[in-house]
Amino acid sequence: MAEQQRSTVLLGSKSIYRRHLINRIAQSAFLLASLVSTVALIVIFFTLTAESISFFTNVSIIEFLTGTKWTVLFSEKHFGILPLLNATLITSAIAVAVAAPAGLAAAIYLSEYAGKRARGLLKPVVETLSGIPTVVYGYFALYFVTPQFLRGLIPDLGIHNALAVGLMIGVLVMPIVASLSDDAMKAVPEDLRMAAYSLGARKYQVVLRVVVPAALSGIVASVILAFARAMGETMIAAIAGGFRPVLSFDVREAMQTMPSYIAQVATGDAPHGTIEYQSLFAVGLFLLLITAALNFIGIRVVRRWEIRY
Amino acid sequence: MQQRAAKRRKVNDVLVPLAASIGVFVAIAFLVSLLLYVISMGAGRLSPTLLLEYPSANPREAGMRSAILGSVFTVGLAGLICIPLSIATAIYLTEYAGNKWWSQVLRYNIANLAGVPSIVFGVVGLGFLVYGLGLGRSVIAGAFTLAILTLPYVTVVCVEAIRTVPEDQRFGAYALGATTYEVVRYIVLPRALPMMLTGGILGISRALGEAAPILVISGLIFIREDPMSLLSEFTVIPLQLYNWISRPQLVFQQLAAAGIIVLLVILLALNSLAIHLRQRFYRRLEEG
Repeated sequence: MAEQQRSTVLLGSKSIYRRHLINRIAQSAFLLASLVSTVALIVIFFTLTAESISFFTNVSIIEFLTGTKWTVLFSEKHFGILPLLNATLITSAIAVAVAAPAGLAAAIYLSEYAGKRARGLLKPVVETLSGIPTVVYGYFALYFVTPQFLRGLIPDLGIHNALAVGLMIGVLVMPIVASLSDDAMKAVPEDLRMAAYSLGARKYQVVLRVVVPAALSGIVASVILAFARAMGETMIAAIAGGFRPVLSFDVREAMQTMPSYIAQVATGDAPHGTIEYQSLFAVGLFLLLITAALNFIGIRVVRRWEIRY
Repeated sequence: MQQRAAKRRKVNDVLVPLAASIGVFVAIAFLVSLLLYVISMGAGRLSPTLLLEYPSANPREAGMRSAILGSVFTVGLAGLICIPLSIATAIYLTEYAGNKWWSQVLRYNIANLAGVPSIVFGVVGLGFLVYGLGLGRSVIAGAFTLAILTLPYVTVVCVEAIRTVPEDQRFGAYALGATTYEVVRYIVLPRALPMMLTGGILGISRALGEAAPILVISGLIFIREDPMSLLSEFTVIPLQLYNWISRPQLVFQQLAAAGIIVLLVILLALNSLAIHLRQRFYRRLEEG
Protein backbone atom coordinates (compact mmCIF):
# COMPACT_ATOMS: atom_id res chain seq x y z
CA MET A 1 0.00 0.00 0.00
CA ALA A 2 2.75 2.43 0.97
CA GLU A 3 4.36 1.73 -2.38
CA GLN A 4 1.21 2.64 -4.25
CA GLN A 5 0.63 5.84 -2.29
CA ARG A 6 4.15 7.01 -2.89
CA SER A 7 3.86 6.28 -6.58
CA THR A 8 0.69 8.39 -6.98
CA VAL A 9 2.42 11.26 -5.25
CA LEU A 10 5.46 10.92 -7.48
CA LEU A 11 3.50 10.52 -10.70
CA GLY A 12 1.29 13.49 -9.89
CA SER A 13 4.16 15.85 -9.28
CA LYS A 14 5.90 15.42 -12.65
CA SER A 15 4.91 16.71 -16.04
CA ILE A 16 4.11 14.13 -18.67
CA TYR A 17 7.05 15.27 -20.83
CA ARG A 18 9.45 14.72 -18.00
CA ARG A 19 8.03 11.30 -17.27
CA HIS A 20 8.44 10.21 -20.88
CA LEU A 21 11.95 11.66 -20.98
CA ILE A 22 12.86 9.62 -17.91
CA ASN A 23 11.37 6.56 -19.58
CA ARG A 24 13.47 7.15 -22.70
CA ILE A 25 16.66 7.58 -20.68
CA ALA A 26 15.92 4.44 -18.66
CA GLN A 27 15.19 2.50 -21.82
CA SER A 28 18.54 3.48 -23.34
CA ALA A 29 20.35 2.56 -20.13
CA PHE A 30 18.67 -0.87 -20.02
CA LEU A 31 19.41 -1.43 -23.71
CA LEU A 32 23.06 -0.54 -23.14
CA ALA A 33 23.28 -3.00 -20.26
CA SER A 34 21.70 -5.77 -22.31
CA LEU A 35 24.30 -5.26 -25.04
CA VAL A 36 27.12 -6.15 -22.63
CA SER A 37 26.84 -9.91 -23.15
CA THR A 38 26.88 -9.51 -26.93
CA VAL A 39 29.89 -7.17 -26.71
CA ALA A 40 31.58 -9.71 -24.41
CA LEU A 41 31.08 -12.46 -27.00
CA ILE A 42 32.60 -10.25 -29.69
CA VAL A 43 35.57 -9.39 -27.44
CA ILE A 44 36.07 -13.09 -26.64
CA PHE A 45 36.08 -14.04 -30.29
CA PHE A 46 38.36 -11.22 -31.46
CA THR A 47 40.87 -11.51 -28.62
CA LEU A 48 41.24 -15.24 -29.24
CA THR A 49 41.42 -14.80 -33.01
CA ALA A 50 43.94 -11.94 -32.91
CA GLU A 51 46.48 -13.82 -30.80
CA SER A 52 45.78 -17.05 -32.66
CA ILE A 53 46.70 -15.32 -35.93
CA SER A 54 50.09 -14.42 -34.43
CA PHE A 55 50.40 -18.03 -33.32
CA PHE A 56 49.60 -19.38 -36.77
CA THR A 57 52.14 -17.12 -38.47
CA ASN A 58 54.74 -19.19 -36.60
CA VAL A 59 53.02 -22.58 -36.68
CA SER A 60 51.44 -24.24 -39.68
CA ILE A 61 47.75 -24.87 -39.17
CA ILE A 62 48.16 -28.34 -40.70
CA GLU A 63 50.76 -29.27 -38.09
CA PHE A 64 48.47 -27.91 -35.37
CA LEU A 65 45.50 -29.98 -36.48
CA THR A 66 47.28 -33.21 -37.43
CA GLY A 67 50.47 -33.29 -35.35
CA THR A 68 50.74 -35.99 -32.72
CA LYS A 69 53.27 -34.22 -30.49
CA TRP A 70 52.56 -31.25 -28.23
CA THR A 71 55.85 -30.05 -26.73
CA VAL A 72 55.35 -26.28 -26.65
CA LEU A 73 56.90 -25.96 -23.20
CA PHE A 74 60.06 -27.88 -24.16
CA SER A 75 63.08 -26.58 -26.04
CA GLU A 76 62.32 -28.70 -29.11
CA LYS A 77 58.84 -27.54 -29.93
CA HIS A 78 56.06 -29.46 -31.68
CA PHE A 79 52.60 -28.02 -32.04
CA GLY A 80 50.24 -30.92 -32.71
CA ILE A 81 46.99 -30.50 -30.75
CA LEU A 82 45.92 -34.17 -31.10
CA PRO A 83 47.32 -35.37 -27.73
CA LEU A 84 45.44 -32.61 -25.90
CA LEU A 85 42.27 -33.12 -27.97
CA ASN A 86 42.42 -36.88 -27.45
CA ALA A 87 42.76 -36.53 -23.67
CA THR A 88 39.92 -34.01 -23.56
CA LEU A 89 37.63 -36.31 -25.55
CA ILE A 90 38.54 -39.39 -23.49
CA THR A 91 37.96 -37.76 -20.10
CA SER A 92 34.71 -36.18 -21.34
CA ALA A 93 33.52 -39.51 -22.75
CA ILE A 94 34.15 -41.20 -19.38
CA ALA A 95 32.34 -38.31 -17.72
CA VAL A 96 29.29 -38.71 -19.93
CA ALA A 97 29.37 -42.49 -19.47
CA VAL A 98 28.86 -41.76 -15.76
CA ALA A 99 26.64 -38.72 -16.00
CA ALA A 100 24.18 -39.91 -18.65
CA PRO A 101 22.88 -43.10 -16.96
CA ALA A 102 23.11 -41.72 -13.42
CA GLY A 103 21.55 -38.39 -14.42
CA LEU A 104 18.78 -40.02 -16.44
CA ALA A 105 18.00 -42.45 -13.61
CA ALA A 106 17.88 -39.59 -11.13
CA ALA A 107 15.62 -37.61 -13.48
CA ILE A 108 13.25 -40.57 -13.91
CA TYR A 109 13.08 -41.04 -10.16
CA LEU A 110 12.61 -37.35 -9.36
CA SER A 111 10.12 -36.66 -12.14
CA GLU A 112 8.01 -39.82 -12.10
CA TYR A 113 8.38 -41.60 -8.75
CA ALA A 114 9.40 -39.24 -5.96
CA GLY A 115 6.61 -37.62 -3.99
CA LYS A 116 6.43 -33.87 -3.75
CA ARG A 117 8.33 -33.76 -0.46
CA ALA A 118 11.03 -36.23 -1.49
CA ARG A 119 11.48 -34.30 -4.73
CA GLY A 120 11.77 -30.98 -2.91
CA LEU A 121 14.42 -32.49 -0.65
CA LEU A 122 16.40 -34.59 -3.15
CA LYS A 123 16.54 -32.30 -6.19
CA PRO A 124 18.62 -29.63 -4.38
CA VAL A 125 20.92 -32.38 -3.08
CA VAL A 126 21.59 -33.60 -6.63
CA GLU A 127 22.10 -30.02 -7.82
CA THR A 128 24.60 -29.38 -5.02
CA LEU A 129 26.99 -31.61 -6.96
CA SER A 130 27.52 -28.89 -9.56
CA GLY A 131 27.79 -26.19 -6.91
CA ILE A 132 30.89 -27.63 -5.25
CA PRO A 133 34.05 -25.83 -6.41
CA THR A 134 35.98 -28.00 -8.84
CA VAL A 135 39.26 -27.70 -6.90
CA VAL A 136 37.46 -29.73 -4.22
CA TYR A 137 36.71 -32.47 -6.76
CA GLY A 138 40.33 -32.39 -7.88
CA TYR A 139 41.50 -32.80 -4.30
CA PHE A 140 39.10 -35.68 -3.72
CA ALA A 141 40.17 -37.39 -6.96
CA LEU A 142 43.89 -37.09 -6.29
CA TYR A 143 43.97 -38.03 -2.61
CA PHE A 144 40.95 -40.30 -2.16
CA VAL A 145 39.38 -41.69 -5.34
CA THR A 146 42.60 -42.74 -7.05
CA PRO A 147 44.71 -44.07 -4.13
CA GLN A 148 42.00 -45.44 -1.85
CA PHE A 149 39.22 -46.49 -4.21
CA LEU A 150 40.33 -47.04 -7.81
CA ARG A 151 43.70 -48.60 -6.93
CA GLY A 152 41.77 -51.36 -5.17
CA LEU A 153 40.21 -52.24 -8.54
CA ILE A 154 43.14 -51.41 -10.83
CA PRO A 155 46.41 -51.87 -8.92
CA ASP A 156 48.73 -50.41 -11.59
CA LEU A 157 46.85 -47.11 -11.82
CA GLY A 158 49.04 -43.99 -12.01
CA ILE A 159 48.75 -41.31 -9.31
CA HIS A 160 47.65 -38.96 -12.05
CA ASN A 161 45.27 -40.70 -14.46
CA ALA A 162 42.53 -39.98 -16.95
CA LEU A 163 40.07 -42.40 -15.35
CA ALA A 164 39.71 -40.54 -12.05
CA VAL A 165 39.46 -37.23 -13.92
CA GLY A 166 36.67 -38.58 -16.12
CA LEU A 167 34.76 -40.08 -13.18
CA MET A 168 34.96 -36.84 -11.18
CA ILE A 169 33.87 -34.68 -14.11
CA GLY A 170 31.04 -37.17 -14.57
CA VAL A 171 29.80 -36.50 -11.04
CA LEU A 172 30.20 -32.77 -11.64
CA VAL A 173 28.06 -32.73 -14.82
CA MET A 174 25.52 -35.33 -13.71
CA PRO A 175 23.14 -32.62 -12.38
CA ILE A 176 23.09 -31.05 -15.86
CA VAL A 177 21.68 -34.30 -17.29
CA ALA A 178 19.40 -34.84 -14.29
CA SER A 179 18.02 -31.32 -14.21
CA LEU A 180 17.41 -30.85 -17.95
CA SER A 181 16.01 -34.37 -18.41
CA ASP A 182 13.75 -33.82 -15.42
CA ASP A 183 12.47 -30.60 -17.03
CA ALA A 184 11.88 -32.46 -20.31
CA MET A 185 9.94 -35.27 -18.62
CA LYS A 186 7.90 -32.86 -16.52
CA ALA A 187 6.90 -31.16 -19.77
CA VAL A 188 5.34 -34.38 -21.13
CA PRO A 189 1.60 -33.80 -20.84
CA GLU A 190 -0.42 -35.78 -18.31
CA ASP A 191 -2.83 -36.90 -21.07
CA LEU A 192 -0.20 -39.17 -22.60
CA ARG A 193 0.38 -40.91 -19.30
CA MET A 194 -3.36 -41.25 -18.69
CA ALA A 195 -3.93 -42.69 -22.16
CA ALA A 196 -1.29 -45.35 -21.52
CA TYR A 197 -2.74 -46.19 -18.13
CA SER A 198 -6.20 -46.52 -19.62
CA LEU A 199 -4.79 -49.13 -22.04
CA GLY A 200 -3.71 -51.15 -19.02
CA ALA A 201 -0.02 -50.19 -18.91
CA ARG A 202 1.82 -50.50 -15.65
CA LYS A 203 3.66 -47.51 -14.26
CA TYR A 204 7.12 -48.66 -15.37
CA GLN A 205 5.77 -49.19 -18.90
CA VAL A 206 4.34 -45.69 -18.92
CA VAL A 207 7.64 -44.27 -17.72
CA LEU A 208 9.96 -46.21 -20.01
CA ARG A 209 7.80 -46.46 -23.14
CA VAL A 210 5.83 -43.22 -23.08
CA VAL A 211 7.48 -40.54 -20.95
CA VAL A 212 11.15 -41.20 -21.78
CA PRO A 213 10.58 -41.47 -25.57
CA ALA A 214 8.42 -38.33 -25.50
CA ALA A 215 11.15 -36.45 -23.66
CA LEU A 216 13.97 -37.90 -25.74
CA SER A 217 14.99 -34.68 -27.48
CA GLY A 218 15.48 -32.97 -24.12
CA ILE A 219 17.40 -35.94 -22.74
CA VAL A 220 19.75 -36.13 -25.73
CA ALA A 221 20.32 -32.38 -25.57
CA SER A 222 21.13 -32.59 -21.86
CA VAL A 223 23.80 -35.23 -22.59
CA ILE A 224 25.34 -33.10 -25.36
CA LEU A 225 25.42 -30.03 -23.10
CA ALA A 226 26.98 -32.11 -20.31
CA PHE A 227 29.65 -33.29 -22.75
CA ALA A 228 30.42 -29.69 -23.74
CA ARG A 229 30.65 -28.67 -20.09
CA ALA A 230 32.92 -31.65 -19.37
CA MET A 231 35.33 -30.64 -22.14
CA GLY A 232 35.89 -27.23 -20.58
CA GLU A 233 36.52 -28.47 -17.04
CA THR A 234 39.95 -27.33 -15.90
CA MET A 235 40.82 -27.80 -12.25
CA ILE A 236 39.93 -31.49 -11.94
CA ALA A 237 42.07 -32.29 -14.99
CA ALA A 238 44.90 -30.04 -13.83
CA ILE A 239 45.03 -31.54 -10.33
CA ALA A 240 44.24 -35.22 -10.95
CA GLY A 241 45.14 -35.69 -14.63
CA GLY A 242 48.76 -34.60 -14.68
CA PHE A 243 50.58 -32.30 -17.10
CA ARG A 244 51.64 -34.97 -19.55
CA PRO A 245 50.68 -34.38 -23.20
CA VAL A 246 50.77 -37.86 -24.68
CA LEU A 247 48.63 -39.39 -27.39
CA SER A 248 47.40 -42.49 -25.60
CA PHE A 249 44.20 -44.40 -25.08
CA ASP A 250 45.26 -45.92 -21.77
CA VAL A 251 43.03 -44.30 -19.15
CA ARG A 252 45.29 -45.54 -16.36
CA GLU A 253 47.92 -43.05 -17.48
CA ALA A 254 48.33 -39.36 -16.89
CA MET A 255 47.00 -37.26 -19.77
CA GLN A 256 46.83 -33.55 -20.35
CA THR A 257 43.58 -32.05 -21.57
CA MET A 258 43.29 -28.72 -23.41
CA PRO A 259 42.10 -26.74 -20.33
CA SER A 260 44.77 -28.44 -18.23
CA TYR A 261 47.45 -27.25 -20.69
CA ILE A 262 46.16 -23.68 -20.35
CA ALA A 263 46.30 -24.07 -16.56
CA GLN A 264 49.88 -25.35 -16.74
CA VAL A 265 51.04 -22.39 -18.83
CA ALA A 266 49.23 -20.02 -16.43
CA THR A 267 50.93 -21.68 -13.46
CA GLY A 268 54.36 -21.20 -14.93
CA ASP A 269 55.69 -18.14 -16.62
CA ALA A 270 54.73 -17.35 -20.21
CA PRO A 271 55.82 -13.78 -20.95
CA HIS A 272 53.56 -11.69 -23.16
CA GLY A 273 54.34 -12.15 -26.86
CA THR A 274 56.12 -15.50 -26.66
CA ILE A 275 54.91 -18.55 -28.57
CA GLU A 276 53.89 -20.17 -25.26
CA TYR A 277 51.69 -17.16 -24.53
CA GLN A 278 50.16 -17.24 -28.01
CA SER A 279 49.50 -20.97 -27.73
CA LEU A 280 47.07 -20.22 -24.87
CA PHE A 281 44.85 -18.39 -27.32
CA ALA A 282 45.10 -20.98 -30.10
CA VAL A 283 44.15 -23.77 -27.68
CA GLY A 284 41.45 -21.57 -26.12
CA LEU A 285 39.97 -20.76 -29.54
CA PHE A 286 40.02 -24.42 -30.58
CA LEU A 287 38.31 -25.43 -27.32
CA LEU A 288 35.74 -22.67 -27.69
CA LEU A 289 34.91 -23.65 -31.28
CA ILE A 290 34.34 -27.30 -30.32
CA THR A 291 32.19 -26.54 -27.26
CA ALA A 292 30.24 -23.88 -29.18
CA ALA A 293 29.53 -26.42 -31.94
CA LEU A 294 28.33 -28.94 -29.35
CA ASN A 295 26.12 -26.37 -27.64
CA PHE A 296 24.72 -25.37 -31.03
CA ILE A 297 23.93 -29.02 -31.85
CA GLY A 298 22.35 -29.45 -28.40
CA ILE A 299 20.04 -26.49 -28.94
CA ARG A 300 19.24 -27.68 -32.48
CA VAL A 301 18.35 -31.18 -31.25
CA VAL A 302 15.77 -29.70 -28.92
CA ARG A 303 14.31 -27.44 -31.64
CA ARG A 304 14.34 -30.06 -34.37
CA TRP A 305 12.98 -33.10 -32.58
CA GLU A 306 10.99 -31.50 -29.87
CA ILE A 307 7.47 -32.87 -29.83
CA ARG A 308 5.27 -29.87 -29.11
CA TYR A 309 2.09 -30.48 -27.20
CA MET B 1 2.39 -68.09 -19.67
CA GLN B 2 0.18 -65.12 -19.14
CA GLN B 3 0.54 -65.47 -15.42
CA ARG B 4 4.29 -65.42 -15.70
CA ALA B 5 4.21 -62.27 -17.84
CA ALA B 6 1.94 -60.59 -15.33
CA LYS B 7 4.30 -61.54 -12.55
CA ARG B 8 7.27 -60.16 -14.49
CA ARG B 9 5.45 -56.88 -14.94
CA LYS B 10 4.77 -56.72 -11.23
CA VAL B 11 8.44 -57.33 -10.47
CA ASN B 12 9.44 -54.66 -13.00
CA ASP B 13 7.11 -52.25 -11.34
CA VAL B 14 9.26 -52.53 -8.24
CA LEU B 15 12.64 -52.88 -9.96
CA VAL B 16 12.43 -49.85 -12.26
CA PRO B 17 11.89 -47.21 -9.55
CA LEU B 18 14.49 -48.96 -7.42
CA ALA B 19 17.05 -48.76 -10.22
CA ALA B 20 16.11 -45.15 -10.92
CA SER B 21 16.50 -44.15 -7.29
CA ILE B 22 20.07 -45.50 -7.38
CA GLY B 23 20.94 -42.39 -9.44
CA VAL B 24 19.91 -40.17 -6.55
CA PHE B 25 21.48 -42.32 -3.87
CA VAL B 26 24.80 -42.49 -5.67
CA ALA B 27 24.79 -38.69 -5.66
CA ILE B 28 24.04 -38.59 -1.94
CA ALA B 29 26.63 -41.26 -1.13
CA PHE B 30 29.24 -39.39 -3.13
CA LEU B 31 28.45 -36.10 -1.41
CA VAL B 32 28.58 -37.67 2.04
CA SER B 33 31.86 -39.50 1.43
CA LEU B 34 33.44 -36.35 0.00
CA LEU B 35 32.39 -34.30 3.02
CA LEU B 36 33.50 -36.97 5.50
CA TYR B 37 36.89 -37.31 3.82
CA VAL B 38 37.50 -33.56 3.72
CA ILE B 39 36.44 -33.15 7.35
CA SER B 40 38.53 -36.09 8.53
CA MET B 41 41.57 -34.64 6.75
CA GLY B 42 41.09 -31.00 7.58
CA ALA B 43 39.25 -30.62 10.88
CA GLY B 44 42.47 -30.89 12.89
CA ARG B 45 44.01 -28.01 10.94
CA LEU B 46 41.18 -25.55 11.47
CA SER B 47 42.55 -22.67 13.52
CA PRO B 48 42.54 -18.88 13.66
CA THR B 49 45.97 -19.03 11.99
CA LEU B 50 44.35 -20.44 8.87
CA LEU B 51 42.13 -17.37 8.55
CA LEU B 52 44.43 -14.63 9.85
CA GLU B 53 47.92 -15.45 8.60
CA TYR B 54 49.55 -15.03 5.20
CA PRO B 55 50.63 -18.12 3.24
CA SER B 56 53.97 -19.49 4.27
CA ALA B 57 56.36 -22.28 3.37
CA ASN B 58 56.13 -23.35 6.99
CA PRO B 59 52.77 -25.15 7.21
CA ARG B 60 52.35 -24.40 10.90
CA GLU B 61 52.27 -20.66 10.26
CA ALA B 62 50.47 -20.82 6.90
CA GLY B 63 47.09 -19.20 6.47
CA MET B 64 44.95 -17.85 3.66
CA ARG B 65 44.41 -14.28 4.77
CA SER B 66 45.46 -12.76 1.43
CA ALA B 67 43.31 -15.30 -0.44
CA ILE B 68 40.24 -14.57 1.68
CA LEU B 69 40.62 -10.82 1.23
CA GLY B 70 41.35 -11.33 -2.46
CA SER B 71 38.18 -13.38 -2.86
CA VAL B 72 36.10 -10.84 -0.94
CA PHE B 73 37.33 -7.92 -3.06
CA THR B 74 37.32 -9.65 -6.42
CA VAL B 75 34.05 -11.53 -6.06
CA GLY B 76 32.36 -8.63 -4.25
CA LEU B 77 33.33 -6.26 -7.05
CA ALA B 78 32.22 -8.83 -9.63
CA GLY B 79 28.82 -8.97 -7.90
CA LEU B 80 28.54 -5.17 -7.91
CA ILE B 81 29.16 -5.18 -11.66
CA CYS B 82 27.20 -8.29 -12.56
CA ILE B 83 23.99 -7.93 -10.52
CA PRO B 84 22.90 -4.47 -11.74
CA LEU B 85 23.84 -5.42 -15.31
CA SER B 86 21.80 -8.62 -15.08
CA ILE B 87 18.78 -6.85 -13.63
CA ALA B 88 18.94 -4.17 -16.33
CA THR B 89 19.36 -6.77 -19.07
CA ALA B 90 16.41 -8.77 -17.76
CA ILE B 91 14.26 -5.63 -17.59
CA TYR B 92 15.15 -4.68 -21.15
CA LEU B 93 14.44 -8.16 -22.49
CA THR B 94 11.11 -8.63 -20.73
CA GLU B 95 9.62 -5.12 -20.46
CA TYR B 96 11.02 -3.17 -23.41
CA ALA B 97 12.19 -5.42 -26.23
CA GLY B 98 9.15 -7.67 -26.56
CA ASN B 99 9.60 -10.27 -29.29
CA LYS B 100 11.53 -8.15 -31.76
CA TRP B 101 14.36 -9.80 -33.68
CA TRP B 102 17.17 -8.13 -31.76
CA SER B 103 15.71 -9.33 -28.49
CA GLN B 104 15.92 -12.89 -29.89
CA VAL B 105 19.55 -12.22 -30.83
CA LEU B 106 20.31 -10.87 -27.34
CA ARG B 107 18.73 -13.91 -25.71
CA TYR B 108 20.65 -16.23 -28.00
CA ASN B 109 23.92 -14.48 -27.17
CA ILE B 110 23.28 -14.78 -23.44
CA ALA B 111 22.79 -18.53 -23.91
CA ASN B 112 26.02 -18.66 -25.94
CA LEU B 113 27.94 -16.76 -23.28
CA ALA B 114 26.77 -19.33 -20.71
CA GLY B 115 28.29 -22.06 -22.89
CA VAL B 116 31.81 -20.56 -22.99
CA PRO B 117 34.17 -22.68 -20.83
CA SER B 118 35.34 -20.76 -17.78
CA ILE B 119 39.03 -21.21 -18.62
CA VAL B 120 38.41 -19.39 -21.91
CA PHE B 121 37.15 -16.39 -19.92
CA GLY B 122 40.51 -16.46 -18.16
CA VAL B 123 42.49 -16.53 -21.41
CA VAL B 124 40.46 -13.66 -22.86
CA GLY B 125 40.76 -11.72 -19.59
CA LEU B 126 44.53 -12.14 -19.82
CA GLY B 127 44.70 -10.97 -23.44
CA PHE B 128 42.10 -8.22 -23.32
CA LEU B 129 42.06 -6.86 -19.75
CA VAL B 130 45.52 -7.64 -18.38
CA TYR B 131 47.54 -6.75 -21.52
CA GLY B 132 45.11 -5.15 -24.01
CA LEU B 133 43.69 -2.55 -21.62
CA GLY B 134 46.83 -2.60 -19.47
CA LEU B 135 45.03 -3.37 -16.21
CA GLY B 136 47.78 -5.80 -15.21
CA ARG B 137 47.20 -8.95 -13.17
CA SER B 138 44.92 -6.95 -10.91
CA VAL B 139 41.82 -7.28 -8.74
CA ILE B 140 39.81 -5.26 -11.26
CA ALA B 141 40.80 -7.52 -14.18
CA GLY B 142 39.73 -10.57 -12.15
CA ALA B 143 36.49 -8.90 -11.08
CA PHE B 144 35.49 -7.97 -14.65
CA THR B 145 36.22 -11.50 -15.83
CA LEU B 146 34.14 -13.08 -13.07
CA ALA B 147 31.34 -10.55 -13.64
CA ILE B 148 31.02 -11.48 -17.32
CA LEU B 149 31.32 -15.18 -16.46
CA THR B 150 28.37 -15.05 -14.05
CA LEU B 151 26.33 -12.56 -16.08
CA PRO B 152 24.30 -15.13 -18.08
CA TYR B 153 23.34 -17.19 -14.99
CA VAL B 154 22.18 -14.21 -12.97
CA THR B 155 20.35 -12.74 -15.98
CA VAL B 156 18.38 -15.97 -16.48
CA VAL B 157 17.23 -15.91 -12.83
CA CYS B 158 16.30 -12.21 -13.12
CA VAL B 159 14.20 -12.91 -16.23
CA GLU B 160 12.41 -15.70 -14.34
CA ALA B 161 11.87 -13.35 -11.39
CA ILE B 162 10.22 -10.80 -13.65
CA ARG B 163 8.03 -13.50 -15.22
CA THR B 164 6.46 -14.18 -11.80
CA VAL B 165 4.98 -10.66 -11.70
CA PRO B 166 1.35 -11.02 -12.84
CA GLU B 167 0.47 -9.36 -16.18
CA ASP B 168 -2.74 -7.74 -14.86
CA GLN B 169 -0.75 -5.65 -12.38
CA ARG B 170 1.25 -4.23 -15.29
CA PHE B 171 -1.91 -3.65 -17.34
CA GLY B 172 -3.50 -1.91 -14.38
CA ALA B 173 -0.61 0.52 -14.19
CA TYR B 174 -0.52 1.04 -17.96
CA ALA B 175 -4.26 1.72 -17.96
CA LEU B 176 -3.66 4.52 -15.46
CA GLY B 177 -1.18 6.06 -17.90
CA ALA B 178 2.09 4.89 -16.38
CA THR B 179 5.17 4.84 -18.59
CA THR B 180 7.12 1.58 -19.00
CA TYR B 181 9.77 2.91 -16.64
CA GLU B 182 7.14 3.64 -13.99
CA VAL B 183 5.74 0.13 -14.39
CA VAL B 184 9.24 -1.27 -13.94
CA ARG B 185 10.03 0.98 -11.00
CA TYR B 186 6.78 0.66 -9.04
CA ILE B 187 5.25 -2.65 -10.13
CA VAL B 188 7.92 -5.04 -11.42
CA LEU B 189 11.03 -4.28 -9.35
CA PRO B 190 9.48 -4.28 -5.86
CA ARG B 191 7.97 -7.69 -6.50
CA ALA B 192 10.86 -9.31 -8.37
CA LEU B 193 13.79 -7.90 -6.41
CA PRO B 194 14.09 -10.59 -3.70
CA MET B 195 14.28 -13.37 -6.29
CA MET B 196 16.72 -11.29 -8.35
CA LEU B 197 18.95 -10.96 -5.29
CA THR B 198 18.68 -14.72 -4.79
CA GLY B 199 20.04 -15.13 -8.30
CA GLY B 200 22.76 -12.60 -7.53
CA ILE B 201 23.87 -14.53 -4.45
CA LEU B 202 23.92 -17.80 -6.40
CA GLY B 203 26.05 -16.06 -9.03
CA ILE B 204 28.41 -14.80 -6.32
CA SER B 205 28.80 -18.26 -4.82
CA ARG B 206 29.57 -19.62 -8.27
CA ALA B 207 32.22 -16.94 -8.79
CA LEU B 208 33.68 -17.68 -5.36
CA GLY B 209 34.40 -21.29 -6.35
CA GLU B 210 35.98 -20.46 -9.72
CA ALA B 211 39.69 -21.17 -9.85
CA ALA B 212 40.47 -21.64 -13.54
CA PRO B 213 39.88 -18.14 -14.96
CA ILE B 214 41.55 -16.45 -12.00
CA LEU B 215 44.54 -18.80 -12.32
CA VAL B 216 45.13 -17.51 -15.86
CA ILE B 217 44.70 -13.88 -14.85
CA SER B 218 46.59 -13.72 -11.57
CA GLY B 219 49.04 -16.59 -12.07
CA LEU B 220 49.86 -18.86 -9.16
CA ILE B 221 51.61 -16.29 -7.02
CA PHE B 222 52.65 -16.09 -3.44
CA ILE B 223 51.10 -13.03 -1.83
CA ARG B 224 52.02 -11.88 1.64
CA GLU B 225 50.14 -8.62 1.74
CA ASP B 226 46.50 -7.52 1.67
CA PRO B 227 45.13 -6.35 -1.68
CA MET B 228 44.82 -2.60 -1.06
CA SER B 229 43.67 -1.19 -4.39
CA LEU B 230 41.86 -2.19 -7.57
CA LEU B 231 45.21 -2.57 -9.29
CA SER B 232 46.82 -4.77 -6.61
CA GLU B 233 47.97 -8.25 -7.47
CA PHE B 234 45.81 -10.83 -5.75
CA THR B 235 44.96 -14.45 -5.22
CA VAL B 236 41.66 -16.12 -4.26
CA ILE B 237 40.65 -18.96 -1.93
CA PRO B 238 40.33 -21.72 -4.59
CA LEU B 239 43.78 -20.82 -5.94
CA GLN B 240 45.35 -20.92 -2.51
CA LEU B 241 43.79 -24.37 -2.16
CA TYR B 242 45.16 -25.41 -5.56
CA ASN B 243 48.60 -24.26 -4.41
CA TRP B 244 48.40 -26.39 -1.26
CA ILE B 245 46.92 -29.37 -3.11
CA SER B 246 49.85 -29.37 -5.56
CA ARG B 247 52.39 -29.83 -2.74
CA PRO B 248 53.20 -33.46 -1.98
CA GLN B 249 53.58 -33.18 1.82
CA LEU B 250 50.73 -34.53 3.94
CA VAL B 251 50.64 -31.35 6.07
CA PHE B 252 49.73 -29.28 3.05
CA GLN B 253 47.04 -31.77 2.06
CA GLN B 254 45.54 -31.32 5.52
CA LEU B 255 45.87 -27.57 5.22
CA ALA B 256 44.09 -27.76 1.85
CA ALA B 257 41.30 -29.83 3.43
CA ALA B 258 40.92 -27.26 6.21
CA GLY B 259 40.76 -24.50 3.58
CA ILE B 260 38.13 -26.51 1.66
CA ILE B 261 36.03 -26.68 4.85
CA VAL B 262 36.25 -22.87 5.16
CA LEU B 263 35.25 -22.40 1.52
CA LEU B 264 32.34 -24.86 1.78
CA VAL B 265 31.09 -23.17 4.97
CA ILE B 266 31.09 -19.78 3.20
CA LEU B 267 29.23 -21.28 0.22
CA LEU B 268 26.73 -22.98 2.54
CA ALA B 269 26.09 -19.66 4.31
CA LEU B 270 25.55 -17.87 0.98
CA ASN B 271 23.18 -20.57 -0.26
CA SER B 272 21.18 -20.53 2.97
CA LEU B 273 20.82 -16.77 2.57
CA ALA B 274 19.61 -17.30 -0.99
CA ILE B 275 17.07 -19.91 0.09
CA HIS B 276 15.87 -17.67 2.92
CA LEU B 277 15.36 -14.78 0.48
CA ARG B 278 13.52 -17.02 -1.96
CA GLN B 279 11.16 -18.28 0.72
CA ARG B 280 10.37 -14.75 1.84
CA PHE B 281 9.76 -13.93 -1.79
CA TYR B 282 7.25 -16.75 -2.23
CA ARG B 283 5.49 -15.80 1.00
CA ARG B 284 5.11 -12.28 -0.36
CA LEU B 285 3.80 -13.67 -3.64
CA GLU B 286 1.17 -15.70 -1.85
CA GLU B 287 0.10 -12.73 0.22
CA GLY B 288 -0.24 -10.88 -3.10
